[in-house]
Amino acid sequence: MTTGGRPARWTATARALPWLGPTLVLVAGVVFFPAGYMAWTSFRDLSQFGVDNGPAGFDNYARLLEFTALSRVLLNTVVWVVGVVVVTVVVSLGLAQFLDKAFPGRRFVRLTVIVPWAASVVMTTTVIYYGLDPFYGVLNAFLVDVGLLDQPYGFTRNAVPAFLTAMGIAVFVSLPFTTYTLLAGLQTIPDDVREAAQMDGAGPWAAYRRIILPLLRPALAVATIINIINVFNSLPILQVITGSIPGYNADTTTTLIFKFIRADRQIDTASALSIVNFLIVLAVILVYLKVVKPMRDDE
Amino acid sequence: MAASVRARSPRRPLMAVAGALIALVFVLPYLIMLVGSFKSRSEILRVPPTYLPQEWVPSNYVDMWSTPETPLPYNLVSTIVISVCATLVVLAVAAPAAYYTARHRFPGRLVFLLLVLVTQMLQPTVLATGLFRQFVTLGINDTWLAMILVNSAFNLSFAVWIMHSFFAAIPRELDEAAALDGASRLQILRRVTLPLVWPGVVTAIIFTFVACWNEFAASLVILTTAENQPLSVALTKFVGQYESAWQYVFGVSIVGIVPVVILFALIEKRLVAGLTAGAVK
Repeated sequence: MTTGGRPARWTATARALPWLGPTLVLVAGVVFFPAGYMAWTSFRDLSQFGVDNGPAGFDNYARLLEFTALSRVLLNTVVWVVGVVVVTVVVSLGLAQFLDKAFPGRRFVRLTVIVPWAASVVMTTTVIYYGLDPFYGVLNAFLVDVGLLDQPYGFTRNAVPAFLTAMGIAVFVSLPFTTYTLLAGLQTIPDDVREAAQMDGAGPWAAYRRIILPLLRPALAVATIINIINVFNSLPILQVITGSIPGYNADTTTTLIFKFIRADRQIDTASALSIVNFLIVLAVILVYLKVVKPMRDDE
Repeated sequence: MAASVRARSPRRPLMAVAGALIALVFVLPYLIMLVGSFKSRSEILRVPPTYLPQEWVPSNYVDMWSTPETPLPYNLVSTIVISVCATLVVLAVAAPAAYYTARHRFPGRLVFLLLVLVTQMLQPTVLATGLFRQFVTLGINDTWLAMILVNSAFNLSFAVWIMHSFFAAIPRELDEAAALDGASRLQILRRVTLPLVWPGVVTAIIFTFVACWNEFAASLVILTTAENQPLSVALTKFVGQYESAWQYVFGVSIVGIVPVVILFALIEKRLVAGLTAGAVK
């Protein structure tokens, strides 16, 4: 029994290869190889023109630690990820709850919610950047007209307000995916459980917290973790809103990588920072695999 | 049941109003875009601004293609070529893998699926530096080919997941019956299975196409020649200029957004399952 087992198992895997091969080649060549090459580059000394001047040891990583704005960039990154993800998830919980109830026009409202998801983030951000212009921006003018502002405010002119504005846009574009995932989670809760929750007599909020929210945990975990990765990797919003503000007061580690590549042409330093970001993403993926246990159907 | 419906009914008009407000918030930026795309150059920069154009200028949609900031016709062609090619590659590569992993148990299957899952959570942004280095070394930096490869590799996983779940839902007996009739494996795939998994295939095609259409980070560092850049990168050149041609930016944005929103709306119900690898249905 054991004698024939081994070769038979290998034959089964070999038979699968032609079907899986193209995927493996593409993933190995365009995902894993560049990751390895990036790790290797992070230990090399590269000129601005990309000429490899030999090994650099940990010099590129040391340069990151000596980078004067590092603490500010790290603080920004934490504020960016935690702030955007928390607000997104909380707002989406309410939105999903609302869209789960029957009301006239629900189908239409659900469709409008996916618009920022399908639209290019660059384009969405650009129109908001224009709208918030203190001189000719219509959103700024509207806020003044309805009395929320005394005079137009330069939302995108200084690092801190611009960063907060960018966070608002990041929430806006993250809401569709999050809301849809939570909505899908709500729909897995059987009707009789919901009715029982309503008849509990403990008030709608207590019933929601005690019965609905625990059942929503898997969807909540998926939405939160995928959002953490997306928001951490987000480039276009800050690129458009704060890209023309000098200095690093509105940068996250992700936007800093692109400044190293494009403005300073420091591919070696950029590689070192990318590797740090890459390891953070891998850690989040491990949490995802551990907490969410996806692919349950396949085991 | 009837009682609860009657009890809820007074709140339904209120909810419809709240729903309309939510809808307005979600489409507001795109309404500003649409209205702005019809304003004249002087009106879009007017202080204070006008909410609606005093003079509607539909000719913006013709004139915008020859704006000096960036070669927009080339940018549109780049976006289309990269998105279409990457989508075709994804389909050709993901469909066999999705089919085989749904139909056959073999050692290494779960490892393969795990690998696909991990790729889904990695994004070109975090690997942009490595991709740039790699393409420079290979001599294909600043080419469509480079971006077709990036877009296909990073969107493969969604396509594998969504098609995998459709293949897995088809009863195996159907295959076996076709096999008894003497059909080859490829014939079974084409004649029996594909028609049933068609919704999954369409979802994979649309999702991949839209993701490629909007890709920004990798294109930003890999495509340096203005003519090669997609619309997402080209449009950032207008921001931060002294007197931006916003009316053209918005015209191009409308052209770049409306088709993909319509496509996305078609697959709305199946997006979550593909993105969460079945963890949430």
